[in-house]
Amino acid sequence: MGEMQELSTFWFVTIGAVKVVAVFTVVMGVVAYMTLAERRVSAFIQDRLGPNRVGPFGLLQPIADGIKNIIKEETMPGTAAKFYFVLGPALAIMPAVVTIAVIPFAAPLPTPVGTVDMVVADVPIGILYILALSSLAVYGIVLSGWASNNKYAFLGGLRASAQMISYEVALGLSVIAVLLLVGNVTLTETVWKQQQLGMWFVFPLSLAFIFFLISALAETNRLPFDMPEAESELITGYHTEYSAMKFSMFFIAEYAHVVTASALLATLFFGGWDIPFWTGDDMFRHESGWIRGFDEAGAPIPATPNVLITLLTLGAFCAKTGFFLLLYIWIRWTLPRFRYDQVMHLGWKVLLPGALGYIMLVAGTMLVLDQLEVPFGMLYGGVLTVVSGITTLAFLFFVDRDRVISGAHRKRNLARARARTAPKAGGPAATS
Amino acid sequence: MAISVKVMRRPEAGRTSYMRATLKGMSLTFRHMVRPTKVTLEYPEEQPDLHPRWRGTHRMEVHADGRPKCVACGLCPTVCPANCIRLVGGEDDQGNRYPIVYEIDEFRCIFCGMCQEVCPVEAIHVGRHFENAEYTRDRFVYDLDRLMEQDHPTTLLWDPSDPRSE
Repeated sequence: MGEMQELSTFWFVTIGAVKVVAVFTVVMGVVAYMTLAERRVSAFIQDRLGPNRVGPFGLLQPIADGIKNIIKEETMPGTAAKFYFVLGPALAIMPAVVTIAVIPFAAPLPTPVGTVDMVVADVPIGILYILALSSLAVYGIVLSGWASNNKYAFLGGLRASAQMISYEVALGLSVIAVLLLVGNVTLTETVWKQQQLGMWFVFPLSLAFIFFLISALAETNRLPFDMPEAESELITGYHTEYSAMKFSMFFIAEYAHVVTASALLATLFFGGWDIPFWTGDDMFRHESGWIRGFDEAGAPIPATPNVLITLLTLGAFCAKTGFFLLLYIWIRWTLPRFRYDQVMHLGWKVLLPGALGYIMLVAGTMLVLDQLEVPFGMLYGGVLTVVSGITTLAFLFFVDRDRVISGAHRKRNLARARARTAPKAGGPAATS
Repeated sequence: MAISVKVMRRPEAGRTSYMRATLKGMSLTFRHMVRPTKVTLEYPEEQPDLHPRWRGTHRMEVHADGRPKCVACGLCPTVCPANCIRLVGGEDDQGNRYPIVYEIDEFRCIFCGMCQEVCPVEAIHVGRHFENAEYTRDRFVYDLDRLMEQDHPTTLLWDPSDPRSE
């Protein structure tokens, strides 16, 4: 009861390898089927049918696509820098598939040889590992854009790097609010703190969630932020010159990023594998055993890992991640692409100061709450929810109706108004 | 006619809510996502509903004893604007004229239906049928036997007294 049975080194390595293979396989499967889901959902949104010929409901379409992409001829532009041209897709895909490793996807699983953490690698740097590796993907994009020796590809690569840098800042700063509340950077502890708080972080940190969602869209180069591959402007940006499996690798990388970002959104703001309104699944490694929480006196309440709970929490995690995957697709087929200057404006002039101010606000509120010795629980979260809610509404108010960002027509109208009211040179003010 | 340009009035700055527009757009796409309006005809499984005056593949009407109704009068090759009908007429012992050769090149045919309109004995018809793909080009020249084998419904002729076939 609650006693932790440590895995022996042999089992740790074996189970670790199994987890790596399993998670990699599942992520690749999800990526494959997300391409199908994207095409089907976009088709439904546009009153079409989408691919439905290969297998029932088109379910074998990803396999057909894979075979097609492997047996297609690969073209190599004559003027491309060959080594980097080949290196680009590899560099793009690698960070995309390794970032998922630190995301916990279920409650610990009891096995005869010990309790297994349902996370590939619960590294102590957690979220920092994700931030570090996910931004590495831009090297692959920039390198392939440059190596293609094509002006559109190069522009796409440049845009990707500019956008990545701009939104990496906002992404990191919006995560800081979460880190403040968690007090740690591991994602397992993020889940645990949300269970302890009694509410998901999306409520007490609603503005951070909005910032993170926007930045994650930009980071994964998804519409409305797909400037690097804007078809109407840059053909397809950095993958203009790529064909067959090399193109496919960029595609897989993009979708793997989307899967990671969705899982991260679910973990940071929607409780990870936590099942809402039920404390029975709360579980965390504390000193020498698994605990469910602390009683009044501060003594740990032991928890027993259970296969059923593991499966249920896995289902909860998949449901949350699936929701965000759908949200990604849904947003993509609804919103039009931003203009490039609007992207930069939003990133640097809205999200960056907004996130900085929000960190101050959250830190200040937490300082006051800690000084008042409010326990980490419902009341603590409730106060933060109210403060964040007001801030979020204020943010939405100021962003809306051309108050902070605006379209081109606003500038044009302003210029006209200025021209109308400005006094003519050498004469009195125009009366027309 | 002069080309007219419709000027779309942009709302004044500060008057439009991007949030509301975004949410409206999201809800619109969501409605379509959960309940798409069915527009597509899933063709091989679902057949299109051909109009009664649809003019497609030809067919030759036959008498009860299996002879073609054609009397080789030569009107259809004469009227054919695409010149796709080849007709060689003959005469049997009783003096009845019949086609020795009657070929229609479905590739050259423009499916105007004038052969059907002009036929005095209602022998040649265009039909409500369009699935006549073949593997070789020469298969598209339909000879008399093949025209007689066709069994799809024939096209309803345009009736001047009922121009909308009501």
